[in-house]
Amino acid sequence: MLDILVSGLLLSGTYALVAMGLNLQYGVARIMNLANGEVLVLGALAAFWLYTTSQVSPLLTVVLVAPVSFAGNWLIYRYLLKPLVRRSKSQGALEVDSILATFGMSFIIIGVMVSIEGGFFAYKYLSEPISIIGSTTSLNRLVAFGVAVLIGGGLYLWLNHTRAGVAVRAVSVSTEASGLVGINVPRVSALAFALGGAITAVGGALISTFITLDASIGVVFTMKALIIVIMGGVGEIRGAIVAAAILGLVETAVATLIDPGLTLAAAYLIFVLILLFRPQGLFGRRAL
Amino acid sequence: MIRRKMLGLAAAAVTASGLVFGAAAQAQDVIKLGAIAPKTGPLAGGAVVTQWPNVELWAKQVNARGGLDVGGKKMMIEVIEYDDKTNPGEHIKLAQRLAEQDKVDFVVAPYGTGFNIATAPIYGRYGYPMIAVSAITDKMDELTQRYPNLFFTLGTTTAFVEGVKEILVEQRDAGAIGNEVAMVNVADAFGIELADRARDIFGEAGFELVYDKSYPLGTPDLSPVMKGAKDSGAKAFVAWSYPPDSFGLAEQAIIEDLDVAVYYSAVATSFPAFGAAYGNKINNVLGAGGTNVDDPKVAEYRKAHEELTGKVADYWASANTYAALQILEQAIEGAGTLDRDTVTQYIKDNSFDTVMGSLSFENNVSHTFWSVGQWQDGVFRGVKGSNVDGAVPVRLKDGWAE
Repeated sequence: MLDILVSGLLLSGTYALVAMGLNLQYGVARIMNLANGEVLVLGALAAFWLYTTSQVSPLLTVVLVAPVSFAGNWLIYRYLLKPLVRRSKSQGALEVDSILATFGMSFIIIGVMVSIEGGFFAYKYLSEPISIIGSTTSLNRLVAFGVAVLIGGGLYLWLNHTRAGVAVRAVSVSTEASGLVGINVPRVSALAFALGGAITAVGGALISTFITLDASIGVVFTMKALIIVIMGGVGEIRGAIVAAAILGLVETAVATLIDPGLTLAAAYLIFVLILLFRPQGLFGRRAL
Repeated sequence: MIRRKMLGLAAAAVTASGLVFGAAAQAQDVIKLGAIAPKTGPLAGGAVVTQWPNVELWAKQVNARGGLDVGGKKMMIEVIEYDDKTNPGEHIKLAQRLAEQDKVDFVVAPYGTGFNIATAPIYGRYGYPMIAVSAITDKMDELTQRYPNLFFTLGTTTAFVEGVKEILVEQRDAGAIGNEVAMVNVADAFGIELADRARDIFGEAGFELVYDKSYPLGTPDLSPVMKGAKDSGAKAFVAWSYPPDSFGLAEQAIIEDLDVAVYYSAVATSFPAFGAAYGNKINNVLGAGGTNVDDPKVAEYRKAHEELTGKVADYWASANTYAALQILEQAIEGAGTLDRDTVTQYIKDNSFDTVMGSLSFENNVSHTFWSVGQWQDGVFRGVKGSNVDGAVPVRLKDGWAE
């Protein structure tokens, strides 16, 4: 029982790292970023590459990756996505355009990564056993969980207790109304997109310490992130965290008590149930 | 306007060079070899270790020798590569392109069991001899009867399970393990087929599967699986696993300090990256494949592989993949023609001197292969195989310390 709680919560941390970035990008900047998983794997590749070539600790890589990814995502938003935002007549049109654009982008990123390392990003960092209230787990998962808590908590405080955070939330509610009250919507959107990208890449660097990734695995993470974001409610950081927790705990419980083969089925079952009974997501607002 | 003109010129130049090239190909100074395998998608991680470097290595070596001697005429190898994105539909489209547009003379068989079976009809239709390597199945006889151009070289599902069973029986007789075995498998065609065979074969040998579970491909957290295996108390652990999970299971076994005397995980255990990632902790871990690094031929091959491709060969199918190309090479030179039917017949009728030793086909199937290997002090050595020399004794797993 304790095993389920500990393993489940740690897995939730991983899922939260995967989904928080997409939540900002989709919820605030209104970009359905299908290259989210590839950005995550890019973070993982950076950690793997720096560790295997020059023994740079992945934790240091995290610190390096965050600003680089922030800048990179800012540029992507500014030059690739903003033209789409400007010309789209409705939210639906922007979604279709951004899906196509970021889908194409995902292939470019995969191509770049394959040219750097086509095989597995296999390395080992902090895979030391550690006992938490009687349950054995690994240190690298615990570290990732800790960082997920820090990022999640930080984001929550920032969104709810700072002026910039309020602006971000306002944009996520309504771009038109935010513009009317004097919020620089394009700027806030770019900020949210870049921040989302930075969080995703940091997540990737941390996840690579305990999951062996390769250049093509991004889509798996994009799908997981999408499920969590939609379950939690688009643009709701609390929602993403709670949805990640539910998914992590349920998957671990099913794997331990019933059969590991049913984890995916269980995850999708919850997803379907939430869509059936609360289509706007756990914390989502009903569309006006 | 000027820019458009430049583009036009460039396009003309490209077309012209294409024409020149086409003319050269018609004169047949080169042998065109088509190779389609994943460079992206789920199987890419394995293909870039086992498949692609060997195509590159072989072509480089043959061309450095001045090409192949085809009926007294020296011909260079030109490789045409495509990425099938780990998508069988894509592969079939590209195979058609290789045959119709690129008009390649020969092909490298695809990577992965499913891909070899899925593409056998199309390659068969064009009459390409297809020497499959990364394909393990029990349906070889049926398939080679239906597709007479298809050859298999890496062994059957049953042979792989038998190899593991032999080790389990030996260790039970030696008193290192009991009758209890913990077994897990990845829930895809490969893992399911092996686990099904293993249930029968282990059962017949009197073993009891005290933990027998599957998990979906790409499971992010294998700790519940490993905790379950550990709680079962079995002294033998067998995983019919694929690349990302073979790493994940080893990681969890280290974390949980899985107390077993026999630890086996299937595909990717033989990858140099596996040894590099876990170092001495995975000493005495068993896995699918194996090789005999002390064989001078193998040693020479591995050295050339590293020098010419910059990558270390894996300790399993790398050598078989290279051997398949050597068979094609010797068959083309032996037949003295690029006629595909003649070359196919030559492959059926002759034996070949390869890095894997002397290989020949019995009903299109070669029975020379390694089935189980073991990491022993930084090298993955073959411990069980069929018609191969140099198997070393199995060692017991003794903890997961550095």
